[in-house]
Amino acid sequence: MNSTEHRIEYERKELPAGLFKIGLVFFIIGLIVAVVGYFVDPTRSAFNNLIILMFLISVGLGSLFLVALEYIGGAVWSTPFRRITEFFAAVLFILPFFIIPVYFNIHDMFHWTHVEEVLKDKILSGKSAYLNEGFFTIRIVLFFAIWIFFYLILTRNSKKQDTTLDQSLTKKNIKISAIFMPFFGITLTLASIDWIMSLEPHWFSTIFGIYYFSGTILTALAVTTFMVVYLNEKGLLVKGLKRDHYYSLGALLFAFINFWAYIAFSQFLLIYYANLPEETYWFIARTEGSWVFVTILLGVVHFLVPYIGLLSQPSKMNPKRLKFMAVWILCAHLLDMYWLIMPTFSKDGAAFGWMELGYPLLAFGTIILVFYYFAKNKDLIPVGDPKLKRGIDFRL
Amino acid sequence: MDEKVLYSMTGLFDTPDQIIEAAEKVSDKGYTKFDVHTPYPVHGMDGAMKLPPSKLGYAALVFGLSGTLTALTLMYWMSVIDYPNIIGGKPFFALPAFIPIIFEVTVLAASVATVLTMLFVFFKFPNNVHPLHDTDYMKAVSSDKYGISIQSEDPLYDEAEITVLLGELGAYKIEEVYYDNDEVLEKHNIFEPKFIGLLLVLVILTSGTAYFVLNKLMFLPPFNWMANQGKVIPQENHTLFADTKGMRTPVQGTVARGYLPYPYSGQPELAAANLANPLLPTEENLALGKSKFNTFCSPCHGYFAEGDSRLNGKFPNPPSLHSAKLREWTDGRIYHVIVEGQNVMPSYSSQMTREERWATILYIRTLQRSLNAKESDLQ
Repeated sequence: MNSTEHRIEYERKELPAGLFKIGLVFFIIGLIVAVVGYFVDPTRSAFNNLIILMFLISVGLGSLFLVALEYIGGAVWSTPFRRITEFFAAVLFILPFFIIPVYFNIHDMFHWTHVEEVLKDKILSGKSAYLNEGFFTIRIVLFFAIWIFFYLILTRNSKKQDTTLDQSLTKKNIKISAIFMPFFGITLTLASIDWIMSLEPHWFSTIFGIYYFSGTILTALAVTTFMVVYLNEKGLLVKGLKRDHYYSLGALLFAFINFWAYIAFSQFLLIYYANLPEETYWFIARTEGSWVFVTILLGVVHFLVPYIGLLSQPSKMNPKRLKFMAVWILCAHLLDMYWLIMPTFSKDGAAFGWMELGYPLLAFGTIILVFYYFAKNKDLIPVGDPKLKRGIDFRL
Repeated sequence: MDEKVLYSMTGLFDTPDQIIEAAEKVSDKGYTKFDVHTPYPVHGMDGAMKLPPSKLGYAALVFGLSGTLTALTLMYWMSVIDYPNIIGGKPFFALPAFIPIIFEVTVLAASVATVLTMLFVFFKFPNNVHPLHDTDYMKAVSSDKYGISIQSEDPLYDEAEITVLLGELGAYKIEEVYYDNDEVLEKHNIFEPKFIGLLLVLVILTSGTAYFVLNKLMFLPPFNWMANQGKVIPQENHTLFADTKGMRTPVQGTVARGYLPYPYSGQPELAAANLANPLLPTEENLALGKSKFNTFCSPCHGYFAEGDSRLNGKFPNPPSLHSAKLREWTDGRIYHVIVEGQNVMPSYSSQMTREERWATILYIRTLQRSLNAKESDLQ
């Protein structure tokens, strides 16, 4: 094996035009649905907006987390396609647009925003130091500021390295990533509490932040996996990506599928076993009427199918299987967000209509267009990264 | 050298890249019976040696699933069939509560059984002999060299050819390895007395040391003796309660299981009017009544209820139960006497259950009918 003589074989090519087209079609259909939906039923539209907002946070913030994790862990295997993950993290720029419809419908969605109701309610009054509109708005601004700030400095250093080949930038990014981590953990937890858990302001679950985290990382891994396999098959990435890279991505996906199931089940089991009325009603709302089918479907779609689909070693290296499972997991995360958010809107039974079909298209379109815009005419690999060569030579 | 058998041709390399290349070339040439020895796992070796995927995963799957099944059936049998208990208001078959146990047993069964399968099936434990043991080759590859060994069993084995091949790849110390047939064929019995004895000595030494250190030096009991529990025992004083009694009386108005309070205490007329015998004069009920009558009533009332006491005048004889007054009493009236007692007769409520009392009354009626039969009984 003469791996020592390997050269980095990479040339910049045009991104496939089909990617842009399908992104645009998705985006336009989604946008029409969103605009029409907003005039037909503003509350329902706002809830759908919240679903894809949380989904897009998973894509953007989760990708930024994966980038930071690679720097901190000193990982080399993911370096050849770290740029892909960075492009997905750019979704963070778009997020403020999606919070706007939510913010304007805040009184229809969040019960705790009604001051006169809160004053009558002993529990909500106790929580009002945190759950009040002023602080809520400050937190929204703060979260986006922190996320976009870290995105900017992490990717700026990474991109600068392409031309300067300055190795100290990697060290700088390791430090920035280490600072980012606690900010990430706290903001992600608080964001999930603010935008999902506080929909039912009486309810609380101490494991909720990590529940959302598990889905977030799974989603970020899924978009990266899909794009890496897709672009590598088109020959747009560096030569030398092989089964070992695919296997690592597949194994991580598999691990986080199990992690999600573990956390989701832990949350359910503790509430089921303690049987306290202030906690169980959240699950009762999701097991009554037609919601019980959504709950069962979630277990099948988010755990059982991907678990079996990625269980064996060959399936973790199979490009077709990986692409299919990546898209499947994205849909599963959307279903998860639907399951978390929608029961507050339709208490009588699962509501599923053209809006719930159209909004995910808007989300997928946004992701593809953002990726296309940021990746167009750019190097798809970090050509100046000192770890790149070792990353290509990576073997299990 | 005469009694020694040829095992393989070996060669040493200095770098992991060389050994990967060597493994690739050797497997490309069609050799199948060869092995590679490195001081640490070298990434990519499986592919270079063209090894098929390990079958061990199937053992893990089978044992894991059997663990799942064992835990599920065990929990089901215990908490639904053998000893159903309501715990925390959950149904007997509370699947969510079982899942952690099912998960643990699955993982335990899969991991332990996989290790054992690997040892006994793949490594042929307790056999611990290998022709390469104690050779210079093994000493080199277990410190800082990378070695390849092509076995003489390989159909393509040819001394000269392999020497040239390994030489081209950059190997040095290309040598043949011989082994002593007797040594390899020697049986290694796991029940050898020496081995068992050594194990026993080890067990005694470790447990003895632990016991001596914990009990004699540190005065710690090896575990919490069952008698020393942090709980209040009946007949014991405890400062937790104001009256310092360890044994507590039930709350006022508590009714014991299977017990009904008697509402007509001191009111025989009400009992006579309101109580009816809930039992039918079936064979079983009469047998029960007979048994109870003979045990509790007959010492004074006599086996046939004629008042012929068996106590030889040490206790006043009761009247016969065949009197007209007694025959006209309702079942409820007799029941009242059994529960409350009458004159010198004490209460039998603590000796006989409710059902037994009513059954006894049925038997008394039978005895009465035997002396004063109705017209219909004679037909």
